[in-house]
Amino acid sequence: MCLGIPGQVIELLEVHEHLARIDVSGVGRVVNIGLLEDEHLAPGDWVLIHVGFAMSKIDEDEARRALEGLQLLGRELDDELQALATSRITAEEGGTR
Amino acid sequence: MRFVDEYRDPAAARALIARITEVAGDDHFKFMEVCGGHTHTIYRHGIEHVLPDTVELVHGPGCPVCVIPMGRVDDAIAVAQTDGVIFTSFGDMMRVPGSTGNLLEAKARGADVRFVYSPLDALRLAVETPDRDVVFFAVGFETTAPSTALTLLRARELGVTNFRVFCNHVTIVPPIKAILESPDLRLDGFLGPGHVSTVVGNRPYRFVTEQYGKPLVTTGFEPLDVLQAIDMLLAQIRDGRCEIENQYARVVRDEGNPRALAVLAEVFELRPHFEWRGLGFISQSALKLRPEFAGFDVEEHYRIPGVRVADPKACQCGEVLKGVIKPWECKVFGTACTPETPIGTCMVSSEGACAAYYNFGRLHREVAVTLGR
Repeated sequence: MCLGIPGQVIELLEVHEHLARIDVSGVGRVVNIGLLEDEHLAPGDWVLIHVGFAMSKIDEDEARRALEGLQLLGRELDDELQALATSRITAEEGGTR
Repeated sequence: MRFVDEYRDPAAARALIARITEVAGDDHFKFMEVCGGHTHTIYRHGIEHVLPDTVELVHGPGCPVCVIPMGRVDDAIAVAQTDGVIFTSFGDMMRVPGSTGNLLEAKARGADVRFVYSPLDALRLAVETPDRDVVFFAVGFETTAPSTALTLLRARELGVTNFRVFCNHVTIVPPIKAILESPDLRLDGFLGPGHVSTVVGNRPYRFVTEQYGKPLVTTGFEPLDVLQAIDMLLAQIRDGRCEIENQYARVVRDEGNPRALAVLAEVFELRPHFEWRGLGFISQSALKLRPEFAGFDVEEHYRIPGVRVADPKACQCGEVLKGVIKPWECKVFGTACTPETPIGTCMVSSEGACAAYYNFGRLHREVAVTLGR
């Protein structure tokens, strides 16, 4: 829950505000980006994700370092990614205005 | 220097360690890392063993799973066992012991307890199962609280009436204050939390320097980050300064995340007091839903036992959380209490000091002792 996982914005979803498809370790995930409204995220930007929400915008170097750090965690990172894999945030309930 | 070779920039790490050793001199310094993520980094990378004996790191109360008292787990289980309820929780909370077992055991006894990755998943479940009440067990510091807040705003927008939150969100400043007030522990400074500070910024920590005269350096999660922060703390002390500094400026801004702070203020208010495991009742240290959100509030909707339960006698999580003892000094550490059969919360969460030490630090320490450091 406390792990911040880096991901790269693939596309902003227009169905509903504040949702984006984000590449997390090679898999596209829908994440709420409402807390980064002021950052005006664009495809290619990197973010740190906590529990389905992008919490901070980071640069590519920081994303790489964070990911390297997480990979050292081994099982815990696997658990977090598996947890993320169960998540099905959709436009219906996952967007915010 | 076995560990240092594994750091991202071993030469930089060696230079930092040399300077830390020199500046510390013959004095003894005690710094507290507030955040569980830092505790994890420190044990995972053997930082205690690359530091000189003159610099001691003390683990603080910044693991949100660890600080939830037993009575609140009992309350959660009581709600989970209510007819018609689907009880959802982050995985970390599932194995935290209450006085009659944990949520997983409640599930085995028939309660509908489900794991979710995000509060938005709990809200989706509520939308999909309108005939059931879906409860989300909200825990965490300001890192996760904005997520719960946005989910509640969305629930209200959608007009969902079967979604409720059991709010156990806590705030980072009051426990730091409680530790500074505690006579048990004399500290020389703090490593400020990383992710929490992306939300709250560095301004809320000003009281640490202004009222208590201790330096604080907000820091990141790499071994080099932690070493650099220690170096910055020592430099402040050497130069007679006492400031809030930001070693993690590549992620943390002094003003935090204003949007996240705004949604927190919109949805939550401070509770008059809240019980913390080990620290007891701390005033204005936790969040509850504002009256406008009462319809979503588990505590307004269900009868909560609300019984205060003392920790098991053998368990010393309280002292570990306050930094008074180290994990291995607890009587049941590694014997009766292990990550497989935890007695206390610090052994449950991977960010708890005991679990981090059990998984990584124990072996490092044995090696270090054997090699005579």
